[in-house]
Amino acid sequence: MKQETLSPVKYRETEDKTLLSVRDLRVWFELKRWGFLHAGFVRAVDGISFDLQKGQAITIVGESGSGKTTLLRTILGLAVPTGGEIIFDGRKLDFTKDSDVTWLRWQVGFVQQDPYGALAPFMTVYRILREPLIINKVKRGEHMPRIREALEEVRLTPVEDFLNKYPHMLSGGQQQRLVVARALILRPMLIVADEPVSMLDASVRVEILELMRKIQRDYDLSVIYITHDLSSVRYFSERVFVMYAAKLVEMTEVNEVISNPLHPYTQALLHSIPDPEPENLTQIRDVPAGEPPSLVHPPPGCRFHPRCPHIMTGLCDTEEPPAFEPCPGHLVECWLYKDGGLPEKR
Amino acid sequence: MRRTPPATDGPLLRVEDLFLYFHATAGIVRAVEDVTFELQRGRSMAIVGESGCGKTSLARAILRLLPRNVHTYKGRVLLNGLDLMKLSEERFRRQIRWREISMVAQAAMNSLNPVVRVGHQVAEPLLLDHNMTKRQAFDRAAEVFRIVGIASDFLQRYPFELSGGMRQRAIIAMALITNPSLIILDEPTSALDVLTQASIMNTLKGLKKDLSLNFMLITHDIATSSELADEVLCMYAGQVVEHSKAQRFYPSPLHPYAQKLMASVPTLRVEKKPEFITGQPPSLLNPPTGCRFAARCEKRFERCEEEPPLFRVGEESVKCWLYEKG
Repeated sequence: MKQETLSPVKYRETEDKTLLSVRDLRVWFELKRWGFLHAGFVRAVDGISFDLQKGQAITIVGESGSGKTTLLRTILGLAVPTGGEIIFDGRKLDFTKDSDVTWLRWQVGFVQQDPYGALAPFMTVYRILREPLIINKVKRGEHMPRIREALEEVRLTPVEDFLNKYPHMLSGGQQQRLVVARALILRPMLIVADEPVSMLDASVRVEILELMRKIQRDYDLSVIYITHDLSSVRYFSERVFVMYAAKLVEMTEVNEVISNPLHPYTQALLHSIPDPEPENLTQIRDVPAGEPPSLVHPPPGCRFHPRCPHIMTGLCDTEEPPAFEPCPGHLVECWLYKDGGLPEKR
Repeated sequence: MRRTPPATDGPLLRVEDLFLYFHATAGIVRAVEDVTFELQRGRSMAIVGESGCGKTSLARAILRLLPRNVHTYKGRVLLNGLDLMKLSEERFRRQIRWREISMVAQAAMNSLNPVVRVGHQVAEPLLLDHNMTKRQAFDRAAEVFRIVGIASDFLQRYPFELSGGMRQRAIIAMALITNPSLIILDEPTSALDVLTQASIMNTLKGLKKDLSLNFMLITHDIATSSELADEVLCMYAGQVVEHSKAQRFYPSPLHPYAQKLMASVPTLRVEKKPEFITGQPPSLLNPPTGCRFAARCEKRFERCEEEPPLFRVGEESVKCWLYEKG
């Protein structure tokens, strides 16, 4: 019965495999004006381009303040881009048109970071899941079957036991599964998840990640997953994008990023993640000094150059590096790879 | 300001049969139950476990920072051989809290007073101490700032002028300023970015080595805990289930829960598939009799209906019937 109502996402019938295409996206927030004096902009997302294929899961890794949440909010239709364009399922979005934004929000499901904060405490599970159906004018008769289907999909079963519970009666893992169910209920084409497991215990994290992976494969969904925890990435997605100071500095396959990181920032990031081993006690990690730059006045040239151990004065601090492709399918914005191949010593 | 360690050879901290229960509307919450352990001088301990297993309650019980709804608070806490539970509240406040044991509380970097200069907040424990002039206190504050890696002109700044990592360093400076014998770190890096976290862990390792400080690190992030731990205390549902040396715990823990917990940690460099633990930890309102992990344990047998004591296995102790014969 379940299998009959449940169907993979209905993508538009085209040859085009690309679901989401982001071109030179800029999202700037204006600082408070003082009279007619213009104080400047916070460049939260500054010239980002990427493509997301149908049925593909990608991860965006970056520190807080690197603009990854703003990027996500723009894809969700919650922030308005300053420049560039977003093409979703072949439709170029015009953010000034309400119909486009509403349509986009229908197509994209959102899994928030803090499950308890994302669920209204005064609503039962049934009401939480019904809310998006009411807002998006789904026929009344369809409500219950859809709610049941979503809850079964995230394994909150038996469904009857959960329908009348309030969020505080659920454990952290169950709350997060409810959030996933809510994101699925409108049958979106794309799910975006903002650090979906960072608030959960280690023992539950894997369960949620596996669940999301299974749903993604079963429904042939596209997923954008945001995290700062590189160690969980390899269990989740196919491609990884590394974000630093409002730019994507490296885009590659998961195994490639772990075995062959090219950008000095990615290398530093990987180097600073401990594995649980007693030897860590005596090991001092090599961490680049300093902090991510201000996004109001980003440094000229490569944004990582003030912290970079491989800085080439005269090049890195004056000109912004374009994306190079030293290995097939591995894009990196770093002048070290300007000759196309790998430099001799890294 | 270096304190000469007391002449006693005994352990730095000894906790015996510590209980901490809270009143709640639904009944009594058994947050810490029958906790016994020893921490030797010059060693650091990590307390790991899932959220709600009583890690923070244990720290608060040691520092006697208790809320009003305490139901039972009993046991013995010996610091350098002195029984802290026998001290009056006033004596504990004057002699122990922040003098001998200080704490970096969870998310403390966000609880700095926004309208007071950072230097003043860091020097405050010394300013309250009547033996110190303002000048001396600020000199010492500048010294600890240097130790944790912040330039001393930041003493004059307000918290909003500091980045998250710097605020966390200031909080660590605050815990260091009175030169205590034990510092409790409650999730000191969990709100920070990976690079900042690694850099703060480097600082803490340096402090441990250079000033031979004793840390008690409370965290649910097992990979990070390995950065600072000489030994590991693993808690489950209010009880200590395993107390092992780090060399033992991270590669091959003894207790089935600790084994499951280690298996759930994703690793970056080693190829393995992380597992999750089915089921949920028991409610601390009316925990099951017998072993508390039995319901989720794959290795349970008849004996598990009785509560196991802590068995000694070599230098380790483990609360599991599987190790009855050592």
